Amino acid sequence: MSTEKKQAEQIKEISGVNPLKCMKCGKCSASCPSYNEMDIKPHQFVSYVQNEDIESLVNSKSLWKCLSCFACVERCPRDVKPGKLIDAARQIVVRQKGQDYLLADEIPELLDPDVPQQLLVSAFRRYRR
Amino acid sequence: MQRIGVFVCHCGSNIAATVDVKKVAEMALMEPGVVHAEDYQYMCSEAGQARIQEAIKEKNLTGIVVCSCSPRMHENTFRKAVERAGLNPYMVEVANIREHCSWIHKDIEEATKKAVILMRAAVAKVNLNTPLKPGESRVTKRALVIGGGIAGIQTALDIADAGYKVDIVEKTPSIGGRMSQVDKTFPTLDCSACILTPKMVEANAHENITIYTYSEVENVSGFVGDFTVDIRKKARSVDMTKCTGCGVCQEKCPSKKTPSEFNRGLNNRSAIYTPFAQAIPNVPVIDREACIKFKTGKCGLCSKVCQAGAIDYDQKDEIITEKYGAIVVATGFDMIKLDKYDEYAYSQSKDVITSLELERIMNAAGPTKGHLERMSDGKPPKEMVFIQCVGSRCSDDRGKSYCSKICCMYTAKHAMLIRDKYPDVNVTVFYIDVRTPGKNFDEFYRRAVEDYGVNYIKGQVGKVIPQSNGKLLVRGVDLIDQKQIVKEADMVVLAAAIEPNPDVRKIATMLTASIDTNNFLTEAHAKLRPVESPTAGIFLSGVCQGPKDIPETVSQAGAAAVKAIGLLAKDKLMTNPCTAHSDELLCNGCSNCANVCPYGAISYEDKEVNDHGKREVRRIAQVNSALCQGCGACTVTCPSGAMDLQGFSNRQILAEVDAICR
Amino acid sequence: MKYSYYPGCTLKNKAQDLDAYARVSAKALGFELEEIENWQCCGGVYPLGSDEIATKLSSVRALNDAKEKGQDLITLCSACHHVIKRVNDDMKNVDDIRNRANNYLQLDEPYAGETKVLHYLEVLRDVVGFDKLKEKVVNPLTGRKIGAYYGCLLLRPGKILQFDNPENPKILEDFIKAIGAEPVIYGYRNECCGGYVSLKEKEMAKNMCDNIVANAKDMGAEMLITACPLCMYNLNKSTDSELPVVYFTELLAEALGVKEEVAGK
Repeated sequence: MSTEKKQAEQIKEISGVNPLKCMKCGKCSASCPSYNEMDIKPHQFVSYVQNEDIESLVNSKSLWKCLSCFACVERCPRDVKPGKLIDAARQIVVRQKGQDYLLADEIPELLDPDVPQQLLVSAFRRYRR
Repeated sequence: MQRIGVFVCHCGSNIAATVDVKKVAEMALMEPGVVHAEDYQYMCSEAGQARIQEAIKEKNLTGIVVCSCSPRMHENTFRKAVERAGLNPYMVEVANIREHCSWIHKDIEEATKKAVILMRAAVAKVNLNTPLKPGESRVTKRALVIGGGIAGIQTALDIADAGYKVDIVEKTPSIGGRMSQVDKTFPTLDCSACILTPKMVEANAHENITIYTYSEVENVSGFVGDFTVDIRKKARSVDMTKCTGCGVCQEKCPSKKTPSEFNRGLNNRSAIYTPFAQAIPNVPVIDREACIKFKTGKCGLCSKVCQAGAIDYDQKDEIITEKYGAIVVATGFDMIKLDKYDEYAYSQSKDVITSLELERIMNAAGPTKGHLERMSDGKPPKEMVFIQCVGSRCSDDRGKSYCSKICCMYTAKHAMLIRDKYPDVNVTVFYIDVRTPGKNFDEFYRRAVEDYGVNYIKGQVGKVIPQSNGKLLVRGVDLIDQKQIVKEADMVVLAAAIEPNPDVRKIATMLTASIDTNNFLTEAHAKLRPVESPTAGIFLSGVCQGPKDIPETVSQAGAAAVKAIGLLAKDKLMTNPCTAHSDELLCNGCSNCANVCPYGAISYEDKEVNDHGKREVRRIAQVNSALCQGCGACTVTCPSGAMDLQGFSNRQILAEVDAICR
Repeated sequence: MKYSYYPGCTLKNKAQDLDAYARVSAKALGFELEEIENWQCCGGVYPLGSDEIATKLSSVRALNDAKEKGQDLITLCSACHHVIKRVNDDMKNVDDIRNRANNYLQLDEPYAGETKVLHYLEVLRDVVGFDKLKEKVVNPLTGRKIGAYYGCLLLRPGKILQFDNPENPKILEDFIKAIGAEPVIYGYRNECCGGYVSLKEKEMAKNMCDNIVANAKDMGAEMLITACPLCMYNLNKSTDSELPVVYFTELLAEALGVKEEVAGK
C-alpha cells in the first residue's frame, strides 16, 4: 500500500468519517467562517481523502485555519463531519517528529497581558503533538 | 405416499451461476416420495411449464416442488400449470433458491448446500399436502376514496365514470387539496384553480359520487370486496341542506384571528369559514375552538344574519357506516416543519418563507391579492434568494432521506413568474443539483435561465442572518466559482421537503396497509404493482405512495381507479383456502387466539361435543373463513394445539423443520 | 444543593471574575459549588481523534470524582464544559474509549459516563428556574440592551451537548430577561470568534470578531455577555471597542445585589 493510501485510511480511521457519504452540496463551505483563509476548501477535504491526495492536504494551510467551530458538522445534511476530517489530517502532521506548528520559543512574542490560559492550552493541543 | 416431482430452475444465470442446479436435482431423487427430478433453464416459461405437465402425466405425479424464485413471483404460475394437468393447485410448493440463496451467496458450494436443504424442506412439506378448494366471497360494488385532493378526485371520477358508486372522505371543509393552494402549474404555467375547479365541480355533480367533507375515517373492518367503514362526519354547525353559500356569516363573524390554514398562516380567517372562494361544498363550517358562541355562550351573530336559518349550534358529529368493495388511499402530503432548520432563520424572520407560502402570496386570492411583497413590511422585494433541498436528501436526523422531486421544477416556475411580472427583481437560486426528468421539464428550467435571467448558483446556503435594515444576509457558496457568497436579500424562499400527511399512519393501521420508514405507503411490488398495497383491496393514489407532481399524480390516480374497477367488476372473489380451523376436542376456550387475531375472524360458541364417549357442552373457538387471512398468529398462540392452518399445518411446518435439521 | 465544581485553568487566573461572581451568586440562589480537589486542566479543546485517550483522562478523573461523591458536575467556562461533556458522552457511548480509559485509570469501579455534566446556565434554567431567578433579582438591569454571545463551544455539536437549539438558542436571552434587561437577538451570536487561532493569526480572529460585533451593534446591542474567557479575549480585540463584553456571572451578581461581596469590587 502506498504511503498516501495508508495515510488516507489513517485519516478515515482517526476521524471516523466516511467520505462516500458526501453529496457535494457545499453547505460546509457556505458555513465556514475561515473559508476565505483556506486554500483547500471544506467541501474539498472529502475529495482529497477519497482521491488519496494526502500530500496536498497535509501541506495545505487550511489545516491551521480550521477553528474546529463545528458549524460544518452541525449543518452537514449527510452527517459527513468535514471538521473532523481536517483535524485528522492535522494529527497526521503533528504526530510526526518535528512537525509542530507552534514552538515553545515563539510563545513569548505572541503573548499579551490579557491572553487567557485557555488560549495557550488550546493552541498547544491543536498545533502540537 | 405421494409421488413427487422436483423441478430445479436455472433462472438464466440468476440461480445457475451460484447454485449447482444439477446437483440439487440429483439430491432430490434421494428424498422420500420423489420419483422425478430435473433442471431447466426457465421453469416459468411455456416450455418449462409444459415439462411439469408432461411429467405429471407420464409419472403420475401427485405433488410438485419447484426450486426457483420467490413464491410471490411465480407460485400462481405453477399452480395454474399443474391445475391444467389435472392436479390440485395446492399440491405445489416453491423452494425459494433465488432470493433466499443464489442472490445472497457467493460461494457455489455453500449456496448449493443451502439450496438442497431448502428443496428437502419443500419435499417434506408436499409429502403432507392435501388438496384444498378455495371458497367464494361477494364483492360490494362501491369504492371509498380517502382524501379529496387531485389524486382522490381523479380516482373517484374514473371509478364513477365506469359506473360504480364512490364516496370521497375529506378531512378539511372542502375538497381540492394542495393543488387548490397552488397558483400556477409547471411546465405550462396554466392556472391551477382553472384546471382543478372543473374537476371539483364534476365530482360534486356526478351521480355516482358522494362527498363527505369535514369527515374522517374512524374504523375499518372486513376484507377485500367486503370492507365495512365507519366515517365520522364532524359537526359543521351549518345545515348543508339549507345553506345557500351567500357568505354573509363569514363577513359578520367577529372572531377573525385564527390563522388561515389555506393561506398557510399568512393571514387570518373568521371562526365560521369556507377555506377558499371555490370551496366545494360551498358551505362554511364553524371552528368551535375559535367561535365566541361556543367559547362563551354569547354572540350568535352568524345565526342572526343567516337568511336561510342554516346555522345549527347543536349539530352533533354523525357516524356513517358503509360497505365498500375497494378502498383507495389518497391522503397526500404536507411540507415538513422547519423548526430544525433555524440556520435559515425561518422562525426569526417573516421574510423567510416556504415555497407553498410563496404560492399563496403569488395567488390573486391570497393574503396579498397576488402582489409580491414582504410579509414583514409589505414592501416589494428587489433581491430574492431561493434555497433548494431544505430537509430533502438528508441522512442526518433533521431531514428526509429522499428527494422531494417537485421542488426543482416549482422553483424554476416561481423564478420565471417573478422575473416575468417584476423584471426589476433579481432572483438567485442556490441548488445542489437541478433535477428535471419529465416531458418539457429541462426545457422549462433552461428557459428560466436563458430567457428570464434567473441566476442559478451551484452550492448550498449555510446561514441566513436578519439585519436591522430588514434585509437578510445570505451566506452561501458558489462551488463552480469557488467562492463564498454573502448576499443581501429582501426575501428568502425555502424549498422545504414534502412528507406524507401525518394522518396516514393512523389510516394505514386501520387498513393493515404497510408503510415505510418515511411514512409513505408501500406498494405490492415496486415495479409491477405500483398502485396496489400488499393488503388486498387497498389501492394507492398520489403522494401518499411517494413524491410526485400533478401529472404523475393524475396518471397514478387513474391507474388506481382501474385496479379498483377491476375488483368491483367481479361478482365473486375466490378466497384463500389456507385458513385456520380449530379442533373442537382440543380447544379449551381460552380466548388467546381471538385476542391475537388481527382480522376479528375468531368467535366462540357453546357446542356439545363428544369427547371419547363423554358428551358435554364446551366453549369452542370458531373461525370465520371469509375473514381469516391465514396469517397463522392463532396457531402459534394456541396453548393446546387446537388451532391449525390449512396448507400450513403444524405437522407440515414441523416436517419442514425436521428436514432442515436433518 | 451541592455540586462538584470544575473551575478550570483560566478561571483561576485571567478569568477570576467569572468564577468569583458565580460563587457569590450561587450562594444567593441557594446552591453550593464544591471545588473538585486536585482537578487537572481539561486541555481547552476536545481531542477529536477517535484514537486519543490520554488527552481525555483529566476529564474522566474529574467526572469520576463527582460520581464518587454522588454529585452533578458543574462547569462555567464554555471550553471546560465542552470538553468534559463530550468526554462524558464518549465514556457513556463509545466502547473503545471507555475500555481503554478505564484500563489506564484502574479506578475502583470503572467509569461509564454516570455523572451528569451541567453548565452553570443549565442549573439556572433547569434547577433554579428563570422564573425563580427573576423573583430573587433585587437590582433589575432595566433598560439595558444586551446581546448574548454563545460562540461555538456551548452549542455544537448539538446532538452531544444537548444544551440548546444550536441554530437559535435562547438560554442566555431568557437569562437576560430574568435579570430585567432586554435581550438583543442577532444572527452572529453562534458564529465562531476565532478561538485558538487568535494566538498565531491575530488578524484573522479580529476580522471574525468584527463581523460579530458589527452585527450585534446593528441589531441594537449595547453590551455583550459571554461564558467563555477566550471569546471575551477575542471580542475585546475587535476593532470596535465601544461595545463592552462582560461575563454573564457579573451581571447575575449585580442583579442579585451581591456584586460587592466579591473582594475589590
